[in-house]
Amino acid sequence: MRNAVKALFSREYETVNALSDISFEIGDGEMLGYIGPNGAGKSTTLKIMCGVLIPDSGSCVINGLTPWKDRIEHVRNIGVAFGQRSQLWWDVPVIDSFELLRDIYKVSSSEYTKSLDELTSLLNLEELLKTPARALSLGQRMRCEIAASLLHSPKILLLDEPTIGLDAVSKFAVRSFIKKRNAEHGTSVVIATHDMGDIEALADRILLIGKGRILLDGSVSDLKKKFSNRKTVSIEYIGNPPSAFEGVSILQARESHAVLSLEPEIVSVSDAISFLAEQTNLTDVSVSSISAEEMVAKLYSEYGI
Amino acid sequence: MKLYFKFAAMHLKSHMQYKASFAMAAIGQLIASLGTLVGLNFIFMRFSEIEGFTHPQALLCYAIVLMAYSLAEFLGRGFDSFAQMLGNGEYDRALVRPRSAIAQVLLSKMEFSRIGKLIQAVFVLAYAIPKCGAIWSLPRIIALVLMVICGAIVFFALFIVNAALTFFTVEGLEFINIFTDGGREFGRYPYSVYGKKVLLFLTFAVPLALFQYYPLLFIIGKSDNIAYMLAPAASTLFLVPSLLLFSYGARHYQSTGS
Repeated sequence: MRNAVKALFSREYETVNALSDISFEIGDGEMLGYIGPNGAGKSTTLKIMCGVLIPDSGSCVINGLTPWKDRIEHVRNIGVAFGQRSQLWWDVPVIDSFELLRDIYKVSSSEYTKSLDELTSLLNLEELLKTPARALSLGQRMRCEIAASLLHSPKILLLDEPTIGLDAVSKFAVRSFIKKRNAEHGTSVVIATHDMGDIEALADRILLIGKGRILLDGSVSDLKKKFSNRKTVSIEYIGNPPSAFEGVSILQARESHAVLSLEPEIVSVSDAISFLAEQTNLTDVSVSSISAEEMVAKLYSEYGI
Repeated sequence: MKLYFKFAAMHLKSHMQYKASFAMAAIGQLIASLGTLVGLNFIFMRFSEIEGFTHPQALLCYAIVLMAYSLAEFLGRGFDSFAQMLGNGEYDRALVRPRSAIAQVLLSKMEFSRIGKLIQAVFVLAYAIPKCGAIWSLPRIIALVLMVICGAIVFFALFIVNAALTFFTVEGLEFINIFTDGGREFGRYPYSVYGKKVLLFLTFAVPLALFQYYPLLFIIGKSDNIAYMLAPAASTLFLVPSLLLFSYGARHYQSTGS
């Protein structure tokens, strides 16, 4: 109570830079995953890229335009879908929202029909178009949101948590659509997300941001290598349990099931498997690299964010 | 303009999803402003005139101000509830569309239920026009029309000022309501009854009197000054600083949350 009264009369201000020294380039047709913990500055960066926010200093040029200076010209080239905020009219059929967007973006009716047909068949919207947005499930709505942000065929697609809250099937549908769009139309995609599945499925390159700074910039596979080359080998077997040998250690062993860790510099995967096969009767083998989720968790703890 | 009707159609469609709610809102609007009307009639049961204005003349004021206000509210509701638009990110959404921000705020909301107030204003106006003691002529009819249209513009400009201040405060500011709601409530009497200082303020600072008091004098024959007839047109200049303030605010926009 005392502090509340105090805060009313004297405020203490502390200047926090939401972003500093953020600098990156995105090539044509690239798919960039933008990751970082909550409050790291992902949405702020995206908002600057859409022309919503004006940075205090610095520059940003997209397709030769500065978003906040040539906002109207610039936003014609970009599609924006924020997972948590809808752009559909709540109470009217989705198709009406789409038609309004057509008029807002001044898309010609032939182009509109073409892109609507394409989006409808790829995202399976046929049934949904006549439904009011309020009656759609989250997965259905998200598909409509993505279609809405692509009706004007933008060259760049900015997505903020496009799969948040979706079930596995819807996630898969959204991801495979984005992949297809990128392959067929050469659309550059920037995805800000916490879902490492999105990153693994979509991003060629990831940017890690923390406390307003870029901490890392590289391809997903490079990063994984940098982090750990180790592979995880899970085996099912009948008979004697396998024993560790050089380059392979046993993480856990139960009856008929074991998880091993393998260092490929010391022993190759095929050698290791044939060696294991000599020791015991293998019934199933799977080899996997470190998951993106694990990698990011390691990254966050390494950078203390 | 075409886009305006498209948006209007969308808003109407949305409203019609909740027909009962819409009807009740419209009736509620009507009843709410009825209270002011009843109060005005009580006053005139005791006094035959106030500061030289008769009952029908006050009714004329009331009807014009109410009509102007409900038109402004119907058109400019987006600015009136701008705090909400900032808070829920709808303004961010508007900025990623290739249209002017001001036009999109304007189109973001249309309050059709204000028809309740408007209907009441029309009835009161129809009652007051023959009884207010004016000898109707073309210039006086022009003055009357100007009062309504320009009045709507001034109220609309006040909504824009309110919205512009929201850029700095994020939460809505209630103090502008002194001029919007207050202007409407006090506008049931010619603004001169509140004293010289108030009248001066409402002439030069927030020009509510320019579309109400001065043209009223012209209509009821208290003045022949042609400038009084055209005073409402001058009041619309208020739109200029309000729009400037809005675009100044827009440049300082900070956005909210994710």
